[in-house]
Amino acid sequence: MSYILEIMPQVLEGLKVTLEIFILTLILSVPLGIVIAVMRTSKSLILKQVSGAYVLIMRGTPLLLQIIVIFFGLPIVGITFDRFPAAILAFTLNYGAYFGEIFRAGILSIDNGQVEGAQVLGLSSKNILCRIILPQAFKRVIPPVANEITTLVKDTSLVYVLGLDEMLKIGKMAANRDVSLMPLLIVAVVYLIVIAILSQVLKKIEEKYDYYK
Amino acid sequence: MLKVNNVKKKFGDAEVLKGVNLEIAQGEILVVVGHSGGGKTTLLRCVNALEHCDEGDIEINGKILCKDGKYVDKKSLKEIRKDIGLVFQNFNLFPHMTVLENLIEAPQKVLGWTKEEAIKNAEETLGFLNLLEKKENYPFELSGGQKQRVAIGRALVLEPKIMCFDEPTSALDPGLTGEVANLIKSLSVKGMSMMIITHDMDFAKKVADRIVSMNLGKLQEGLIFDELES
Repeated sequence: MSYILEIMPQVLEGLKVTLEIFILTLILSVPLGIVIAVMRTSKSLILKQVSGAYVLIMRGTPLLLQIIVIFFGLPIVGITFDRFPAAILAFTLNYGAYFGEIFRAGILSIDNGQVEGAQVLGLSSKNILCRIILPQAFKRVIPPVANEITTLVKDTSLVYVLGLDEMLKIGKMAANRDVSLMPLLIVAVVYLIVIAILSQVLKKIEEKYDYYK
Repeated sequence: MLKVNNVKKKFGDAEVLKGVNLEIAQGEILVVVGHSGGGKTTLLRCVNALEHCDEGDIEINGKILCKDGKYVDKKSLKEIRKDIGLVFQNFNLFPHMTVLENLIEAPQKVLGWTKEEAIKNAEETLGFLNLLEKKENYPFELSGGQKQRVAIGRALVLEPKIMCFDEPTSALDPGLTGEVANLIKSLSVKGMSMMIITHDMDFAKKVADRIVSMNLGKLQEGLIFDELES
């Protein structure tokens, strides 16, 4: 229908913002998650408690509120962010906590014999973590990580609260303006296509890591 | 090569090692036999610094590993670990690495060899162990006997002065016992000492220069058991 063609450009503009938030958050929160997981599984009590508190707060409060606090609340204590950086910061901190717990589960699931096997060879703690544990943990956690990634694509719609024009907001505005549910349907289909493509990519990654049992 | 003096170890209230004394000379194959729970594996783990004993001294190749129950620092431990190798009962091979990669990891990271040097040495060792054709395989593709040889090879490439084996025949077919005994004997020809933990008395008699028995946390010379559970 010609209506679909009419509003497609706007929807794709919104998709651009959605994907920007998604990709930046992913690039930043996965490494953060690894750091948190290593802290949570370390021998140091301080590192364990600090990272534990961080995870509690970031998982214990709604992402929407975290976005609002960072953009609207922090200026009160003198820290200001532009809208887009504020969104990225909130998303990164939030998803970093979830990834942290997923990676922690992965690290803990590796048999302690792997650590001992590496220790008697004289490998350093850093080498044991990076060369032996993390590569094996990574393979284990691909399914739950895929879960988080697909949730992230849809969570990006929360940035409406900062006035950012991501895809769902565009859809809602068009629906209101044109008194039609069609825009929302189109937006739903676009989300589905994006996530279907992502799922395929993740499936390929999982297959690639299936080179050993 | 190995000196263990009055080593004691408790787990909670249970005293597992009650003052163990042991010496292994260069090139000697010592076998420690005993029932499960007698303390043999704990002793082996203390000697390899996987457990820390509460009291006693351990010396490897003239270097102090543990004095009065205090173990040396990380740096010294790293040096000592070059002299002692351990083959685990369940091998603990790195499943995400090929056989060759399992063997070249430590020489590069611990001994500082280049990748080429490490590969050359690893391939020599694999040849000696009859595993060269499996060098690009992953551990999950190997039989139990092959996995054990990879585990031995991985410890061997670091050229330790003493090799430890924790129950080397328990994960294998009974028919392979003789092969393992021969392999271990051929290693000691090069002057390597061995410390073997087992409850397989036939294997012990085949492979040992000297047998000691571990019973309820105490070590005695010779074979004191008539038979042990298999």
